[in-house]
Amino acid sequence: MPLPILFAEAVATEDPAARFIRLLTVFLLAMWVGFEVITKVPQRLHTPLTSGSNAISGITAVGAIVVAGALSTASSTFLGLAAVVLAMINVAGGFVVTYRMLEMFNPKKK
Amino acid sequence: MSSQAWINLAYLAAAMLFIVAFKLLSSPRTAVRGTFLGAAGMAIAIIAACFEGPIVQSVASRGVWPLIMLAAAGLIGGGIGATMALRYPMTGMPQMVALLNGFGGAASVLVAGAELASTCNLAFCDSDPRATTAMSSLQPWTQFAIATALTGLIGAVTFWGSLVAFGKLEELPQFKKAWTDPRRHWINLGLVALTLLLVWGVCTNPDRTILFWLLVVVGSGLGVTLTLPIGGADMPVVICLLNSYSGLAAAAAGFVIDNSVLVIAGSLVGASGLILTAIMCQAMNRSLVGVLFGGLGTTAAVSGDDVYAGKIKSAGAEEIAMVLEGADKVVIVPGYGLAVAQAQHAVRELADALEARGAKVEYAIHPVAGRMPGHMNVLLAEADVPYEKLREMDDINPEFAETDVAIVIGANDVVNPAARTDPSSPIAGMPILDVDKARTVVVVKRSLSPGFAGIPNPLFAADNTLMYFADGKKAILDLVAALK
Repeated sequence: MPLPILFAEAVATEDPAARFIRLLTVFLLAMWVGFEVITKVPQRLHTPLTSGSNAISGITAVGAIVVAGALSTASSTFLGLAAVVLAMINVAGGFVVTYRMLEMFNPKKK
Repeated sequence: MSSQAWINLAYLAAAMLFIVAFKLLSSPRTAVRGTFLGAAGMAIAIIAACFEGPIVQSVASRGVWPLIMLAAAGLIGGGIGATMALRYPMTGMPQMVALLNGFGGAASVLVAGAELASTCNLAFCDSDPRATTAMSSLQPWTQFAIATALTGLIGAVTFWGSLVAFGKLEELPQFKKAWTDPRRHWINLGLVALTLLLVWGVCTNPDRTILFWLLVVVGSGLGVTLTLPIGGADMPVVICLLNSYSGLAAAAAGFVIDNSVLVIAGSLVGASGLILTAIMCQAMNRSLVGVLFGGLGTTAAVSGDDVYAGKIKSAGAEEIAMVLEGADKVVIVPGYGLAVAQAQHAVRELADALEARGAKVEYAIHPVAGRMPGHMNVLLAEADVPYEKLREMDDINPEFAETDVAIVIGANDVVNPAARTDPSSPIAGMPILDVDKARTVVVVKRSLSPGFAGIPNPLFAADNTLMYFADGKKAILDLVAALK
């Protein structure tokens, strides 16, 4: 079976409401895990936590890559590519900043 | 296993890595490893994304150039981000984080906009097998329609709110004064009403892309007008909140394109931002609504003259050095003024000099000292202060009674005993560092001007307080010289 049809079927076979509830489940459980894990971070690490989670919010790069790479229309490709650039600034900048900060906390380096 | 299954498996691995990364961030010893795992998760997710169905199709029909284009965009963005992060001085971290955060929000808006454009186009391509799916997404009140509206709104608020926060933290002249015009509440109310109307519009008519972009424009305005009135010391709350929004925008974008890794990572960030926001608000004993709309400091009716008249004892470097010579236990209390004066290295020198004389030196960090969560910790870590010496408020407060000298540098409201003693004070009930219980308190400050809360500080007039009027850095260096 050619790929486009396979792909279309995979999307079309799931009931929209079921799909929404599946994603909602993921969303709520991940929020829960987030609350549990992050309440244990001590105050002195709040800045690296902020910048580290900031870097992870650049995950939207994944969405940007998929919409840009689909080459669906000129405008969607352009918007998608712009989103890739912005999201990657967020990702790279966020991780580098976090690393720089944590290196300063590292007593062995000194 | 189909290729989509492998991709989903890779996303699952990335999501697990993100959770482990957050887990490892809870200890200074493992935090660096956590950062690397987080970055690895991101790399896995990004590589997996390049094998998604739509990209494989466009590669099949047009060769490798779509991949080259994506790689180029990724490298440009990554290069800009890494360069910014490496070049920016450590003292500017709050604004750097705000700026990066804004880019994430903007990217989510563009993802939703791009997906909307492509879906609208697909719906009218009868030859394409995906046309029916696209058509059904564009019905009113579908997951696609609602998520697109929310991504546009949250992302736009994040981007513009972060830009304003950046301007304020960078102290650009345009942002020097907080916007306190009382009409702002009406403007905000009007914008919120317009926003809700447009959200409704996008949800009912998702195929009208103009409504989406209008929503983005109005959301941008809201991002600006909501952030402009918020002043300096409330910045940590704003940073946390915007951080949370950028995560929620990414999660909403996950609902738009039906992608679980976006939803997981986005909600993790959303949760982390919300927790930090709550911690920051607690540390100021204020509600989130109060921080966002309150405008503290506008009721500064109490004049400092009554509190301070005739009771201020000023001292110079020599006199304070003499007091310090006899001290066994010294606690340094840094505030935002330390960051402004760039005095962190000088403070470290002072601590070294005191320790060389046998004194025990520690640092008391208030949760909202500075302009972002944990700001003082990063600043002092830059000056090689070991993190074991940075003590949290609840931990060190009982020890002030047996402290010989507490040195307050550039902090004001967080050491104001009025929070404890005066129920009518605007900061009543705010947890403070009990420096006034130390045997001697030295306050390094340029003048008696009030802090962010705009109220006088009875600590300055206390019997055991010595005021040392000078610029933070010079004051400390003079003190070090006098000690030697």
